[in-house]
Amino acid sequence: MELLYAITTGVLTASGLYLTLRGRTFPVVVGLTLLSYAVNLFLFSMGGLTTDGAALVNEGDGFADPLPQALVLTAIVIGFAMTAFVVILAMRARSEVGNDHVDGKKDDRE
Amino acid sequence: MTLLWIALLPLLGVLVPVLNAQRSRLACSLATALLPALALLLTLIQIPALLDGETLRFAVDWLPELNLELALRLDGLSLLFNILIMGIGLLILLYAHFYLTSHEPVGRFYAFLMLFMASMVGISMSDNLILLWLFWELTSLSSFLLIGFWSHQSDARKGARMALTVTGAGGLALLAGLLLLGDMAGSFSMGDVLARSDRIVADSRYPLMLGLVLLGAFTKSAQFPFHFWLPHAMAAPTPVSAYLHSATMVKAGIFLMARLHPAIADSELWTVVVSLVGTITLLYGAWFALFKTDLKGILAFSTVSHLGLITVLLGIGSPMAVLAALFHILNHATFKAALFMSAGIIDHETGTRELKQLGGLRKAMPVTALLTTLAAAAMAGVPLFNGFLSKEMFFTETLETPVLGGLSWLLPALATLGGILSVAYSLRLVHAVFFKPAREAPPKSPHEPPHLMRLPVEILVVLCIVVGLLPAFTATHLLDLASQAVLQRPMDFKLAIWHGFNLPLMMSVAALVIGAALYWRHSDMRVFTRQFASVDARRVFERFVVMIGYRAEQILAVFEGNSLQRYMTLLLAAAFVMGLIGLVQVTDLTGAAGNQPIDGVVILGAVMLVFGGIATAATHRYRLISLLMLSIVGLFVALTFARFSAPDLALTQLSVEVVTMILLMLALFFLPQKTPKESSPLRNVRDILLAGSLGLVIASLNYAVMTRETLSISNFFVENSKPGGGGYNVVNVILVDFRGFDTLGEITVLALAGLAIFKLLNRLRLFIPHSDGEGRVWSPDRYPAILTSVSMTILPLALLVSAFIFLRGHNQPGGGFIAGLITAVALILLYMARGVEWAQERLDFPFQPVAVVGVAVATLTGLGSWLFGSPFLTSSFGYFTLPVVGEFELATALLFDLGVYLAVVGATLMILANLGKVTTAHRPVTEQTEKDAETSSKANSKEPR
Repeated sequence: MELLYAITTGVLTASGLYLTLRGRTFPVVVGLTLLSYAVNLFLFSMGGLTTDGAALVNEGDGFADPLPQALVLTAIVIGFAMTAFVVILAMRARSEVGNDHVDGKKDDRE
Repeated sequence: MTLLWIALLPLLGVLVPVLNAQRSRLACSLATALLPALALLLTLIQIPALLDGETLRFAVDWLPELNLELALRLDGLSLLFNILIMGIGLLILLYAHFYLTSHEPVGRFYAFLMLFMASMVGISMSDNLILLWLFWELTSLSSFLLIGFWSHQSDARKGARMALTVTGAGGLALLAGLLLLGDMAGSFSMGDVLARSDRIVADSRYPLMLGLVLLGAFTKSAQFPFHFWLPHAMAAPTPVSAYLHSATMVKAGIFLMARLHPAIADSELWTVVVSLVGTITLLYGAWFALFKTDLKGILAFSTVSHLGLITVLLGIGSPMAVLAALFHILNHATFKAALFMSAGIIDHETGTRELKQLGGLRKAMPVTALLTTLAAAAMAGVPLFNGFLSKEMFFTETLETPVLGGLSWLLPALATLGGILSVAYSLRLVHAVFFKPAREAPPKSPHEPPHLMRLPVEILVVLCIVVGLLPAFTATHLLDLASQAVLQRPMDFKLAIWHGFNLPLMMSVAALVIGAALYWRHSDMRVFTRQFASVDARRVFERFVVMIGYRAEQILAVFEGNSLQRYMTLLLAAAFVMGLIGLVQVTDLTGAAGNQPIDGVVILGAVMLVFGGIATAATHRYRLISLLMLSIVGLFVALTFARFSAPDLALTQLSVEVVTMILLMLALFFLPQKTPKESSPLRNVRDILLAGSLGLVIASLNYAVMTRETLSISNFFVENSKPGGGGYNVVNVILVDFRGFDTLGEITVLALAGLAIFKLLNRLRLFIPHSDGEGRVWSPDRYPAILTSVSMTILPLALLVSAFIFLRGHNQPGGGFIAGLITAVALILLYMARGVEWAQERLDFPFQPVAVVGVAVATLTGLGSWLFGSPFLTSSFGYFTLPVVGEFELATALLFDLGVYLAVVGATLMILANLGKVTTAHRPVTEQTEKDAETSSKANSKEPR
């Protein structure tokens, strides 16, 4: 199961990174969102994968590690705030510069 | 406590002129003078206690982890400096009141001046090395503001920048030096450091520490070769020069050497370095003062020279030398402040400071002429003035020091040379301005200034004479206390004018006679110096600064070159290499814990995630499709959390997913629907390879960690969740209690992001496309009936659910974050179903305050625990019983969570509602805008139509 989980994280990371290397703003934003999913999954797994062990101390034994969960929870919300900020920035950039290239330039080099 | 007030009053004084800036200048000046006068008074009433041999101290812990203590002391040295700083400061205030023209912002000027005064007082009274450094940096910053006060002048800006660069760089060296010193002494408290000289001097790091500390002191006190900033700081208004370069700023370095004298001066190295640098500075400054043609320039270089003199004395370091240094600090401050202020008066009344335009002013300004002459006599060391006394002591000490062994005669000889030069430039200053006829007429016809403007000069000149005539009566106590503080023991001395016919007296006489002769032959000397090319320190400095900027740009261009893509590529490549290095060292990728068995659900989830991820990347040119693929990933990430025992995460991810998708779709509405094909195949392959290999590194790393037994610190949280935090849901208790401070930071970021977006959307010029990427016109059927009715029905239910989720959060999956998101989603659904106008009418309030109130509620809850004497954000809880409801629990954490809830709702709606508002009726789509849209989209992107 761990192997499968790791492969999934790797694929999501690779897809996200590929998109962040694109030259237009929107794919980069999508890529960052994808990357943040991958990072969240990665961080989450640092406490190990536990089945049927929600961290509720009044219900049975064998809990999942609550600490990564708490960290990832805030990371998800902050991730949203950052995505929102970046995408609005992209809109603003397009309206100011007139195109949606990440460097604000129209010419496609290379 | 009095000590704290002495330090605090000038600092509070910064606010006074700001608050009174609108009133008349007189009111503003008087109000500003009040607090420093009070602080000076408080200092003076401490004198009896000091005479009884006490060292007054006040200390409160500030950041004990950084050895930082808010510790103040008042000993003789601080007393001497406090009197100088605040006494002369008050005179400067009076002077500036008349000096600044009526249209200059006097409130701002006073505020800067008070800030500077406060930081100087801080330096003088700090009883902690790091605190001292803090105030030290504050003087650099506030002097920058003061020197650059006339910011419309290029000279002022450049002079200020140079002063800041030099003293700021010295300040950094000083920080390193003080940290070393504290480490060597084993304490950062001044008292301890001063008492541990043996230990410090014996330490192997002593030379390094000494070098760094002296670098700080020398840059601040304009010692050679760092003297060059001081003459350029003359671009400041004259009150600033009079203050900074007589009594305060440049004396800070001297103060530091005096203050640390007991701790670090007991070595050969100190004596050689400090007296050598001091001697060079003494002569260098005096020589150049002789040839400057700018009145303030002469004074600036003479200041450099006199600072050198004091430095030599501190370098010699014998008790009498220290005494002489302290005495000269006092004397130099009085006559130099008087001279600067006279120069300012002359400048003010004639409109120029150039010597060739000045001359014969004796007739027009007889009183000023007299005052300036007297002050210059003190500077030259004419008998019966205070400058004579300390200079005589200086000559005596140079005769008695054996520093240079067989060459010991050199020091007195050089000292006499310094004396000669100082007589010559003093004479020149007075003669050229007041007696010699002018070569050119000054811009304004001169006359005496208002009497009150001259008053500070008069007071200072009277002091020069009184101290010069009655040294034993006036200065003994003050110097006794100050020297005790520096030497750490009382010393026996007697100040007197007459010591009999001895060698020092001969040196003084020689200086006076030869100095006068030198000035007589001044024109010959000028011809001599003209043969040497002059070096403009400022030009060299500016070139240096420009060069650094240029090199930095070059280096930056290699890595970034204004291309985000190149930057990202390099960043990722570096990350790949680092990851690879780490992974190579791992022997077994699969750890001891091994794999858990797989089941069908997991396989399905993984397949969907992998598919979603790859599809998002593969379809990225068709943005809407790519977005849909992304939503698959988000959904399955939520399911993954649910599968692996993280219900809170699953709920959060699910609701965030909804909000993110709506947001991105809205944004996509304003952006091109498709991405043009730009990357070459080669580049695509390169990116795929880079991203893929990093993915492999991440996957391997993840696998390696997961298959190992982990050591977690979570047991603490699990065990203390119920007894300490009062909740069963450990994740929520961590968020609102154990790590509440983190959460507070995070909701603040969220609210800030919302506010920033609000500002970004403000006055955003957008064109609204009339059709989608395929050229299909948007559907006119705006609000689908089913969605409308469903959303209305769902709203109360959703709100109920979010309340339920919120309340149970402490013990069951849920909490403020999730509840807030659910509320936000429910409201947004309403917006989508009925349109922005409809929703706006019914939800007619701005969301910014909601987010801010949320953060405030959380913060206040945290602060509330202070009322009960507990640390910030300590939560408490109790059980209560109500009829019908039964026993229930109330925790302050719930209040904190309410803050989280409000912040999340406010920020989310702020972002989405504001973005939504941009889309519709507020920006009607007219034919004209459509046309604009078409042309600009054609022009701007290579969208296939």
